[in-house]
Amino acid sequence: MTHDPNSPSGVPFAVTPNCEKVMAEVDSFLDKELTDALRASIAAHLESCSPCFEVFDFEAELRMVISTKTHTVEFPDTLRIRIEEKLTYLRIQGSGGTESGGGGEPRREA
Amino acid sequence: MSRSGVRFSSRALMADQQAFAEQAMEYMPQLYSTALRMTHNASDAEDLVQETYLKAYKGFAGFEQGTNLRAWMFRILTNTYINSYRSKKRRPEETELDAVEDFYLYRRMGGLEAVRASRSAEDELMDLFSDAEVQSAIDALPESYRLAILLSDVEGLSYKEIAEDLDIPIGTVMSRLHRGRKALQKQLHDYALERGLTDAIPEASLEAP
Repeated sequence: MTHDPNSPSGVPFAVTPNCEKVMAEVDSFLDKELTDALRASIAAHLESCSPCFEVFDFEAELRMVISTKTHTVEFPDTLRIRIEEKLTYLRIQGSGGTESGGGGEPRREA
Repeated sequence: MSRSGVRFSSRALMADQQAFAEQAMEYMPQLYSTALRMTHNASDAEDLVQETYLKAYKGFAGFEQGTNLRAWMFRILTNTYINSYRSKKRRPEETELDAVEDFYLYRRMGGLEAVRASRSAEDELMDLFSDAEVQSAIDALPESYRLAILLSDVEGLSYKEIAEDLDIPIGTVMSRLHRGRKALQKQLHDYALERGLTDAIPEASLEAP
């Protein structure tokens, strides 16, 4: 199993014809968007094909790194307090309507 | 706390809103970090999150209990951002992404881990890129790609949820993710090169295990 950096298919190596099919599903697989059957067949391939496994593993770890490092920003506790106060105020006021979330004109405060 | 039918007494509505306050608060830090990557600005991000909670609170009667509250909150966040904050800044025409080859980063760095079998790929990538680099690589993406990446890779929403949030077909979600991820990888690689890639590899880890 040798890596072929010049593989024309966009796959960073070509081991078996299956590899290309499997590589085409990296995104869908990692995004958990595949049917159970397809997912299982790819998982089976990954168990027996270490070059494919390495790519999937790399992409999966990279996503974890990206998600983790995006969430490291410091959350301002003052914001939580401010929002809780506003919600409490609305509840006491009893002014909550039934408009649907997400729609309507957003209100900005100064 | 399940609701049935379309009748709402004000008591039921209050119970709903109490439930909302109890259930939705835990998502605030996640919503904030995504808002920050959307707006690029702490003050705007705070306003955006606050507005999201006020809207969600008022609209909680429209939330279908038993469905994904987190995804619902992110939908409101995304809609609010698109409807108000985005238009606030007159952005230039959306720039298109340069073509980047598939598996860009893996082709350049995937082999590194083999040299140092004692370290996992995760540890290595975690150490290789700083928080600031990852955040600014996301910030550098054109907006339509950035939103898709934030909702998927950062917040883990499904293609269907993202398609609904951004009002685009699922196929478009997939192509934006695919191209956005490649661009993100290229940006990260550029950062690593700027710093001098070899400097990022601790000497000690070069020793055989």
